[in-house]
Amino acid sequence: MAEQVTRKPYLRELPRTLWFLRHPRYVRYMAREFSCFFIGAYTLMLVLGLKRLAEGPEAYAGFLEALASPGAIVFHLFALAFSAYHSITWFRLTPKAMPVQLGENFLPDGVIAGAHYAGWALVSLVVLWLAGAF
Amino acid sequence: MSERRVELDVLRYNPETDRTPHFQRYSVTCREEWVVLDALNHVKETVDPTLAYRWSCHMAVCGSCGMMINGEPKLACKSFLRDYPGVIRVEPLAHFPVERDLVTVIDDFIAKLTRVKPYLIPKEAKPIEAGEYRQTPAQLKRYKQFTLCINCMLCYAACPEYGMIPKFMGPAAISLAHRWNQDSRDGGRAERQEEIAATEGVWECSFTGACSEVCPEHVDPAAALQRVKIKSTIDWYLAHTMPWLNK
Ligand code: SF4
Ligand code: FES
Repeated sequence: MAEQVTRKPYLRELPRTLWFLRHPRYVRYMAREFSCFFIGAYTLMLVLGLKRLAEGPEAYAGFLEALASPGAIVFHLFALAFSAYHSITWFRLTPKAMPVQLGENFLPDGVIAGAHYAGWALVSLVVLWLAGAF
Repeated sequence: MSERRVELDVLRYNPETDRTPHFQRYSVTCREEWVVLDALNHVKETVDPTLAYRWSCHMAVCGSCGMMINGEPKLACKSFLRDYPGVIRVEPLAHFPVERDLVTVIDDFIAKLTRVKPYLIPKEAKPIEAGEYRQTPAQLKRYKQFTLCINCMLCYAACPEYGMIPKFMGPAAISLAHRWNQDSRDGGRAERQEEIAATEGVWECSFTGACSEVCPEHVDPAAALQRVKIKSTIDWYLAHTMPWLNK
């Protein structure tokens, strides 16, 4: 007769908060996710600018002045760095999400990510043109 | 042939006597070209026959020797000792309950795999006399990469979502569902969508991408999951804006 087998599976505890400190790749992932806070904050700031603009020239001038303060400049530098990180990390992932198959081959990853960079550059140029930079 | 004294810190757990697992240090003389699995086999043969772990092929095709090596999900038969200069920490695959020592309980994964019906559900069943289901090389290429999965579960051990939300179908099961959905001969997508387009299916994935980083067969499960998300989103919009398409 078969011997009695004891089963008592043990589930190892995982940290619930700060779980992402377990591995550098989780930290990189959290950095990518975290970058969206800066993008969100920047968007809110733009909406606030629109509101000031609607309130008249004086309010808008005050807004522009506030933008020139050291704090606002530091915020802009952070927002720029994080949105660049956000865009670059996501663009690098685009070939995974949207492969293009031509016959028996797939377009190289660089072409798909590159197309996103090209789109980014184009949109930026349009924005600069609308802003009267040229 | 050069030899080296290798120190292994192995997580031990005996359900009959232990309340919690603990590390045990083994020191064995190994050849430089060995893999971690060879070192474990050497321990079992010469030092401690009670050490439990799974393996079969010793060539990275059976998928049974997955374990955490220095905190990283790895196939023990594909992890060369020369890449681990110091003490080597060996633990059972993360996120799975420990049955004994390095052996985990994998019932959850097997159940999920079964649920996604990872086999051909022919679009149109035909009698054997009618011949084989044919496919062009381009049609094969469409899903080939996802056929390479060896069910080793390293991706589950790497996935932080699966660690926190065990109901998540997880990388390999969804990738295999995607593999069959992409197959030109298959007609089972609607059945599989029930499982994978659900909250606990692909929408639990936050695209950490850890699965693809650890996959020993370069299946790139993260890619499959993102494609399933896009296709499921398109389905949703089509169903809500053009209901007549759904007959
Ligand atoms: S997708 Fe890769 S890591 Fe996951 S079970 Fe399959 S072979 Fe293993
Ligand atoms: S023993 Fe088969 S994959 Fe390692």
